[in-house]
Amino acid sequence: MSHATLSPKRSSLRGATLPKWFAWAVAAGSLALGYGISAAAGLHSDIQWALIAAVLFVVGSYAVSAKVEGGRQARDRTATSLVWVAFLLAVTPLASLLWETAERGVKVLDGYFLTHSMGVVADAEPGGGIYHALLGTLEQVGLASLISVPVGVLTAIYLVEYGRGKLARAVTFFVDVMTGIPSIVAGLFILSLWVLILKMGPSGFAGSLALSILMIPVVVRSTEEMLKLVPNELREASLALGVPKWRTILKVVLPTSIGGIITGIMLAIARITGETAPVLLLVWGTDFINANPFQDPQESLPMYIYLQFGAGSDPAYDRAWAAALTLIAFIMILNLAARGIARWKAPKTGR
Amino acid sequence: MDITTQKPAAPPAPGPAAPEDKRAARGATRPGDRIFLGLSRGSGIFVLVLMAAIAAFLTYRASLAISKDEANFFTSFEWNPTGVPPEFGIAVLAFGTIVSSIIAMVIAVPISVGIALFITHYAPRRLGGTVAYVIDLLAAVPSIVYGLWGAIVLVPHMDGLYGWLDDYLGWTGVFAWEGGPARSLLTVGILLALMILPIITNVSREVFRQVPRMHEEAALALGATRWEVIRMSVLPFGRSGVISASMLGLGRALGETMAVAMVLSPSFDISASLLDAGGGTFAQNIASKFNEATVMGQDALIASGMVLFVITLLVNGAARLIIARRKEYSGANA
Repeated sequence: MSHATLSPKRSSLRGATLPKWFAWAVAAGSLALGYGISAAAGLHSDIQWALIAAVLFVVGSYAVSAKVEGGRQARDRTATSLVWVAFLLAVTPLASLLWETAERGVKVLDGYFLTHSMGVVADAEPGGGIYHALLGTLEQVGLASLISVPVGVLTAIYLVEYGRGKLARAVTFFVDVMTGIPSIVAGLFILSLWVLILKMGPSGFAGSLALSILMIPVVVRSTEEMLKLVPNELREASLALGVPKWRTILKVVLPTSIGGIITGIMLAIARITGETAPVLLLVWGTDFINANPFQDPQESLPMYIYLQFGAGSDPAYDRAWAAALTLIAFIMILNLAARGIARWKAPKTGR
Repeated sequence: MDITTQKPAAPPAPGPAAPEDKRAARGATRPGDRIFLGLSRGSGIFVLVLMAAIAAFLTYRASLAISKDEANFFTSFEWNPTGVPPEFGIAVLAFGTIVSSIIAMVIAVPISVGIALFITHYAPRRLGGTVAYVIDLLAAVPSIVYGLWGAIVLVPHMDGLYGWLDDYLGWTGVFAWEGGPARSLLTVGILLALMILPIITNVSREVFRQVPRMHEEAALALGATRWEVIRMSVLPFGRSGVISASMLGLGRALGETMAVAMVLSPSFDISASLLDAGGGTFAQNIASKFNEATVMGQDALIASGMVLFVITLLVNGAARLIIARRKEYSGANA
């Protein structure tokens, strides 16, 4: 059989298929039609015409395909179009979130904004900045890391290197449970212990205590995963040379997995940097610079956004967006750096 | 003795060699070993103590408040813990929390599964990788930013959709709309859906990746279309993974605070309509009421937080159980 018999007249074993550009054509058509309908009906919301277009796209490709290709192919096409629609439905708002933050944030974001506090700036007037919030965030997150990193890494070492039996199983289980604690509950716990029972006032340190409750389980989990990746041969080789177990862990196991551990810690830091609820309950927020995290209210970046949003004037909104942009930038840089380290220092497993 | 206890799914052989372990158990002879073991075991115990303390202190403060409560804590619609007599109940909060989370789940789960399938089975490889990476990063966007965006950008955009729902489905009562800003449970649910999308997508994607290649190829060899492959081999394999991913997302939606506090305009009643402003959630109520709360008010808020804590524990525990069960059987599958 020559090829010529296959391509123009299809063999009877294969049903008719629509050309490749069909999906794109239907997509373009339904977009145009959706836009046309909403323009004709005088709908002004972007959400509406996008939804109309999405429905037209799914229904249209099903109808045509059912006619030409038959039921099974049509169902396959519907699934494909639904998956694409799901993708677009989710990506649009998320893109809008990043875009709006970047666009509105750059308005007042400059050197002045980063180096001044809100000290004598009224809510409704422009000016002011986030210096006090940056300072507070760095101190609170730093203190929280000082508490959680040793506890988290040591717990992970216990679970991987020593842990057998009931205690280890209980720790594993409760670390899992801790991962799911809502941040506001962590804040309430420190509130009940630190403020209501020990009668301490609000301070950055109280906030970091709550933040470390959120951070410890993340550090334990990621460190545990990394330690498990260290090949047993390395441990055995070291132990066979008569090196004590603790030195084996410190000199062989940890250096092998340090890249991954640091990555996990940075991701955990990125996670708690954006937490607002515990800060709201325990640190309160202030417009003034307070460099002492152990006494009196402090500000933090997320708290700053919340307070500026609450102030409700246009200049305050601008400041809130600029602070949000700073916060996202900070977190994204941490994330990207963490992934960079992970790739660069990937644990050398096997060969 | 304990070889079977832990980590069934760890790819490299778990833990160090057994003889070494016995020595550690007998009490390490070297001081360095003893100190190190003590430190790391101490950290583990510290985690347990911490969890116990959280439960204990929350229960203690909550019991202080509930003992003074003159209304029924579970069914009252009031929130007036400083009144004489103090009356407060969580009915409205429980309703709002559950309804907004259900809306979030209804929207987020199908879309997340869709995106996960898109990444693993539909998108060109390059695009799929990029999308996965971006979704990973989005999981890190803090909730306060979602709240800011929701309150300033999303709320005004909801008007058109609300008008529609009111026009066509208003007769049901659930979608009736009196006008006014869209600071309602429905908008909150939509925003929560966006916030939990990344986590559900990420977990589902991982599960779909693990589907044995043989299953898919077998289906293809029988002449299945792509959708039939997914329905016959991918979805059945991934079902428990998707369920547990959804539960993790649900846990997050239940406890979400700032985004809800910024978008919702709260009130202490239950309205039949999802579109009218009003209602509240546990976490939102704590954040909004905290500022003016006295000690008694704070205790009442802690009592409501306690309920939230228990609910999230149950949801997360269920998710973990499903994941753990799945690990066993996928291990047998490998």
